[in-house]
Amino acid sequence: MAAFGLVVARDPKLMQIIGLSLQVSGVAIGLAALAGIPLGTWLGMQPVRRVRLPALFLYTFMGLPPVLVGLLVYLLLSARGPFGVLSLLYTPTAMVIAQTILALPIIAGLTMVAVRAKDREIRDTAVSLGAGAWQVALTVVREARVAIVGAVVAGTGRVMAEVGAVMMVGGNIEGKTRVMTTAIVLETRRGNFEMAIGLGMVLLFLAFVINTALYRLQGVSRN
Amino acid sequence: MSEAVLTVDNVSKQFGPREVLRVERLSLAAGRIHGVMGPSGAGKSTLLRLLNLLERPTAGRILYRGRDVHAYRPRLELQRRMAMVFQKPVLFDGTVYENVAYGLRVRGVRGLEAAGKVDDALRRVGLEPLRRARALTLSGGEAQRVAMARALVLEPDVLLLDEPTSNLDPNNVALLEGLIRGASGGNGTAVVLVTHNVFQAQRLADQVVFLYEGQVVEEGLAAQVFEAPGDERTRAFIRGEMVY
Repeated sequence: MAAFGLVVARDPKLMQIIGLSLQVSGVAIGLAALAGIPLGTWLGMQPVRRVRLPALFLYTFMGLPPVLVGLLVYLLLSARGPFGVLSLLYTPTAMVIAQTILALPIIAGLTMVAVRAKDREIRDTAVSLGAGAWQVALTVVREARVAIVGAVVAGTGRVMAEVGAVMMVGGNIEGKTRVMTTAIVLETRRGNFEMAIGLGMVLLFLAFVINTALYRLQGVSRN
Repeated sequence: MSEAVLTVDNVSKQFGPREVLRVERLSLAAGRIHGVMGPSGAGKSTLLRLLNLLERPTAGRILYRGRDVHAYRPRLELQRRMAMVFQKPVLFDGTVYENVAYGLRVRGVRGLEAAGKVDDALRRVGLEPLRRARALTLSGGEAQRVAMARALVLEPDVLLLDEPTSNLDPNNVALLEGLIRGASGGNGTAVVLVTHNVFQAQRLADQVVFLYEGQVVEEGLAAQVFEAPGDERTRAFIRGEMVY
């Protein structure tokens, strides 16, 4: 397979694409987890009736079409948009923004569900033993950590497989914003199906490695 | 009579339109064991949750040494004077030691001081050999003893116990009853013991409160209430004739 041959030969262009894919997705997942876990925890600890509407929005945003996110980020970052002055369009930063927006509702939503499942009994026990509000929240997160890692796994899957948004805001510029998924689209359009399939297999392998690491983290949490 | 640590003053609790508890006056004294009895649905657990500040009363006040608990600041300081053992103990995912040390840790007690207290509490409940065991692998009886150790290690002013021996074998029941007596007598803790078990209430309680359909129908010295209950419902409950 041509793509695997390039991997074995450490082709600089392919290595750059793989590196950028990991960098963009990694930063996006990190940011989404940093915001999504506290948000989901807070929502999960509120009475259900009080957060019914935000929860409904969160569930809806979990199914956000990537092209819609791409379009919105494009409009915000384009020269005429409110953030056009920052000149972020067609940069990896724009891709990170789009992927963070896609992963955030998934991580927050699944964290909310995980916390809600644990909250009442754990919270009552922690409060009755003298824990303050932050200590209670940390205890609930600790007890729900296996499911929260699962939320991060789901978010990771979303961003690693995503192509529509990064294509729109990144532009698939060789050496600058080309990542695995956009490279696959390009090779397919060129008719290089063997290369496209090879790149897809490499992407699948990377996803396997990342998910193995997260699965192990989940196991460590459980044990 | 010892000093009242907690006083319930004209408290009622409603869930939606349904009133589940109405208590005009109830005093819980230091160094005494207050047995709260009554059939299922009488409001016993709701009373405990109100006393432990897990619920707010719909009306009325609960006073801690004369001060309204919901106006008490800092509230956490008051919360930390109490500990509760639930009927179905919830242990945290960690070792037995970590579970018993939890309340100390959140109070900032760590290191050798915490270790000494935790080891002492584990010895008292007979679980010292299991200090490194995973809490979630324990049997129901062991879990209940961990929950008791976790509360006792804090030496609270008020110890709230919701059917703490309902799932235990006779040996463990005797062990925990000894610990409850010790907490009350030795530390001057005000103990509130919710129990269905009339014999246990007779063995342990200094004072007895009988709740029925959310209301206190009888209250008094345990010996008095068990010997000559003034209310027909209390009498039926004590004789085991109440169907509920």
